[in-house]
Amino acid sequence: MRKTSLFSAALVAAFPFIVQPAIGADRELTIYTYDSFVAEWGPGPKIEAAFEANCECDLKWVGVADGVALLNRLKLEGEKAKAGIVLGLDTNLVAEAKATGLFDAHGLDTAAISVPGGFADDTFIPYDYGHFAVIYDSQSIETPPASLKDLVEGDADQKIVIQDPRTSTPGLGLLLWVKSVYGDEAAAAWEKLSGRVLTVTPGWSEAYGLFTSGEAPMVLSYTTSPAYHMVVEDTDRYRAAEFSEGHYLQIEVAGLLSNAPDKELAREFLAFMMTPGFQNEIPTNNWMWPAAATSTDLPEAFATLVNPEKTLLFSPEEVAGNRAAWIDEWLGAMSR
Amino acid sequence: MGGVIALVAVGLALAVPIAVLISFGISSGGSSSASGNQSAYLMRITWFTLMQAGLSTLLSVLIAIPLARALARRPHFAGREWLISLFALPLGLPPLVAALGLIEIWGRSGLANQGLALFGVQTPFSIYGLSGILLAHVFFNMPLATRLILPALQRLPGEYWKTAANLGLGGFTLFRLIEWPTMRRSVAGAAGLVFMLCATSFTLVLVLGGGPAATTLEVAIYQALRFDFDPNRVVLLSGIQIALTLAIMAGLKLISAPTDPGSTKGGGTMRPDVRGGWATLPDALLIGLGALFVAGPMAAVVFAGLAADLPRLLGDPLFWRATATSFGIGAAAALLAILIAGLMVRARHSAGDPPTRRSLAILSTFSGAAGSLTLLVPPVVLGAGWFLMLGGGAGQLAAPLAAIITVNALMALPFVMRVLEPAYQTAMARNGRLSLSLGITGFNRLRHIDLPAILMPLTTGFAFALALSLGDLGAIALFGSDRIITLPWLLYQKLGSYRTDDAAGLALLLGIATMGLILMADRLGNPSKEERR
Repeated sequence: MRKTSLFSAALVAAFPFIVQPAIGADRELTIYTYDSFVAEWGPGPKIEAAFEANCECDLKWVGVADGVALLNRLKLEGEKAKAGIVLGLDTNLVAEAKATGLFDAHGLDTAAISVPGGFADDTFIPYDYGHFAVIYDSQSIETPPASLKDLVEGDADQKIVIQDPRTSTPGLGLLLWVKSVYGDEAAAAWEKLSGRVLTVTPGWSEAYGLFTSGEAPMVLSYTTSPAYHMVVEDTDRYRAAEFSEGHYLQIEVAGLLSNAPDKELAREFLAFMMTPGFQNEIPTNNWMWPAAATSTDLPEAFATLVNPEKTLLFSPEEVAGNRAAWIDEWLGAMSR
Repeated sequence: MGGVIALVAVGLALAVPIAVLISFGISSGGSSSASGNQSAYLMRITWFTLMQAGLSTLLSVLIAIPLARALARRPHFAGREWLISLFALPLGLPPLVAALGLIEIWGRSGLANQGLALFGVQTPFSIYGLSGILLAHVFFNMPLATRLILPALQRLPGEYWKTAANLGLGGFTLFRLIEWPTMRRSVAGAAGLVFMLCATSFTLVLVLGGGPAATTLEVAIYQALRFDFDPNRVVLLSGIQIALTLAIMAGLKLISAPTDPGSTKGGGTMRPDVRGGWATLPDALLIGLGALFVAGPMAAVVFAGLAADLPRLLGDPLFWRATATSFGIGAAAALLAILIAGLMVRARHSAGDPPTRRSLAILSTFSGAAGSLTLLVPPVVLGAGWFLMLGGGAGQLAAPLAAIITVNALMALPFVMRVLEPAYQTAMARNGRLSLSLGITGFNRLRHIDLPAILMPLTTGFAFALALSLGDLGAIALFGSDRIITLPWLLYQKLGSYRTDDAAGLALLLGIATMGLILMADRLGNPSKEERR
């Protein structure tokens, strides 16, 4: 008895501060995405406003921790998922996402989309991309590594912070990068590199936090990271190192759920996603490269970013088939 | 009766999500295939988990015992209450914030290394690896253990000291004959709690561990759920974690057993081993070092936070929304934890010692175990189970909130039990016969006699539970808590999109809020009121 009254009291206490969904038009679209996309400062709110201006509908975001959590949520919910679109998976997760059987072909013309390597798929449409890169602090490193080989064989006193491929997407990105450059020699490369690794964090945030607090002069992140510091913090202290072997690519995609309550509206949004109304918000809100044309010029900072001549990317099927074995190999090499 | 209900409630809250997860695993046809390589890996991480937890516990408790004694010997120095409140603070910080604070002090470019550089030491020492994990765990748990051990010493009856003084006891004899028997149960309880906290530690181990050589079962569980999505393996690994940790704790008798505090007039502490002048030096040194060790990383968190644009953060409605949500959840979880703990402690006490009937003995044992078990079930497992039970989180509010509150209350339960139980035993032993002879029973007795006697541990327990809940990211958050935004969630959101300064500012505000609450709770339960009665 007392317990229930406590519960209701707590609920009442927390209720006024929880935003109630808008009473919108009769058409509704729910989109599952990752958390930073729908943050106040992310692209989500601006894209919502742009889409709702023409659609006579109510667009709702549901944010989860990241792309992997997104896929997990889908697997947990299965057929019960109330969303129309999932936005925020990357190509490494595409094969697993298709295996759930929860997605429909989008059936749209994707000619507007242009990503390095020309990734195209009948189920998932790219909306932005970014290359992984080693970001370094120019105040403590004068000559950054010029290749992955340099990074692997460089001075062990110059440390790098990386992410764990078992728990994070950038961590998996570096694993695939090393694999695509070193192939069968990957284990030996990791063993050499482990001397330079200060620590392996569970996710991107922890690693980047260690880097900006000056613990390590290098971190694994994206070629677009320096743009944030230039545009928002007005400093070019943090730069990306260009690697001669090429850079591994991360493409972020969106797909249509077969149980979408309003498929028509969901397809409208996917089409909108390939237009400037959506793409304009990507560079300076999501800090990635737009996958289709924008109507506004990119900030000057983007012109100074590393633009890799060579893009490395495994197919979704290769990743799905080998991930467990490659992570085992990484574990063995790093634990020695 | 209330004890049975509480026990059943806890059992259900733990078992149901796990059962749901198992049935989900079976129906989705996932199979756990542990190859030879996998089982070797499992052996290795199990060993590492227990080894680092054992070492962390040993260090934390070995430092906490002399520190608690020093604090008990010096009941009146300036800032003592502040210090004791500060000792509850590490619990209330998100582990990542604390880790970054620790790194500011002990990291490669931290204060300690900068200090060494002044003395011409060129190569910075690196804390990453086992040493970093131990350092972080001692920072988190030594203050907690100190706080758990101290009340036992403060409850020591005055007669003991008078007798000891008459017999001319001092130093180690005093510790052996008087302090240790009193402390023993709290030390065991604290050690058990710290062991569980370290065995299930996740963020700290990964951030400071230096690499995959430092992998715990909790990491494997997280990975099995997140990347492999293999519910069967998750349940198997969780089972290993729970069984092993409990077995070790039972083996070391860390699941606390009651003792008899005896009857006493209570009150004054005229200790024969307390002298002024130079004799205060060792105590002062110990307390000073302990304070510095805990306050250093906190100060780093404060300084990092001050660099943020605090006015802008404070002017952000989202911040206030998150704060209100966090406090609502925290307060509800803390109340629930206290309610369950109170019922279980009462049930265990009325079962008698040794328990009079078999059924009561079972109840007593289970309550003791339940007060521990809840920490060993990985939050991510509870989160996934609850999420499944709620049929996804979209569009609902009350159900996910209730789930978060329940999970947080369960996590706080072992803390509250450990604070409440020894105090309750003492209070009952002192007031039991008196109440009977005065014919005061039932609610009146609860209100006038028992409640005042355990007010302090109640408020302390509340503060712990609230602090814990405030710093918790929320297990269910992993799968999206559509409109429930808590402070740690907001903090991680900022960190996840380059806004490090904002995150540092939020960490500072969170720290201030937690510290304020703990101070308030400590003041409410101020023992000086007791002494006046």
